[in-house]
Amino acid sequence: MTATLPPSSDHRASGPWALDGRVALVTGAGRGIGWATARRLALAGARVVLNGHTDPEGLAARAAALEAETGVRCLALMADMARPAEIAGLYRAVHATFGRLDILVNNAGLLEDARLGMIADDSLERVMQVNLHAGIRNVQLAARLMRRGQGGAMVLVSSIVGVRGNAGQAVYAASKAGLIGLVLSAAKELGPDRIRVNAVAPGYIETDMIRHLDAGTDAQRRAAIPLGRAGQACEVAEAILFLVSDQAAYVTGQVLGVDGGMIL
Amino acid sequence: MSIHHRLIRVFRETLDLAPESPVTGLRYRDLPAWNSVGHMQLVAAIEAEFDLMLETDEIIAMACFEDAERTVDRHLAAIV
Repeated sequence: MTATLPPSSDHRASGPWALDGRVALVTGAGRGIGWATARRLALAGARVVLNGHTDPEGLAARAAALEAETGVRCLALMADMARPAEIAGLYRAVHATFGRLDILVNNAGLLEDARLGMIADDSLERVMQVNLHAGIRNVQLAARLMRRGQGGAMVLVSSIVGVRGNAGQAVYAASKAGLIGLVLSAAKELGPDRIRVNAVAPGYIETDMIRHLDAGTDAQRRAAIPLGRAGQACEVAEAILFLVSDQAAYVTGQVLGVDGGMIL
Repeated sequence: MSIHHRLIRVFRETLDLAPESPVTGLRYRDLPAWNSVGHMQLVAAIEAEFDLMLETDEIIAMACFEDAERTVDRHLAAIV
């Protein structure tokens, strides 16, 4: 699965877009927005750690292919975002390998739909662990590595559902709204350490997360998008590149919608 | 320079203490500079000085200079 990038994006970034020498960690980098982001950051010159947890061989192959394509070091590291010890181990591995971290993209996420009154406890725990608790842990650990260097930039992948809410997605919405609270607080706390923290809130993006929807719901969602189409993962990656680059050097504590103007 | 003396230097620099001011026996919140913000700065400085990554539980439990010294000793012993 190779994200299709706009023509201009296949060129290496230069000037304030360039990320040469920086080390980036992208969680949930095996597919969708995470993969598109990992690829975009590598094309911009960053050394990229691709995190995943279900397919070690596939992720390693993807990292190797990305390294061959871009000429920058790309490394696959497995860690389940539902397991705090594995998250801590991930950062120890980043530290041991690169000795630094400049960019975090907290992307790993889980979507489990359920109407209020039908939310199973184990689903509630699972979604909150992966979407919110792991976000907090990633910010904590990334900040500690970034504080040692020249600062850094974090982008947390929230959702339009976290901003607007959506019927049948109360837990997912709460977890993604929680990430926004985390961004707002972390931006204040980490600003003095030259660490910027922002979020993107993707709308209806062509990823595996929407492929389970029935045709009627899919059509309804698309009809609510003024730009008239679903977004592409690479378009979210472009917004993330902006936020982690020096182009956004004075931007922190913001939530950038990448949603084609979608109305929920 | 011994680990003990390196750690004293880290504490003095991070908490902006005078060169000869006592550091051993110093406890969290004994000084205005060693508040929650200063604590995280101290952790960053210790991690950078000794090239370590502390556990969150260790950071929370680090309530005095001696705690920090024991923690650093433990990590460095594990590396060796």
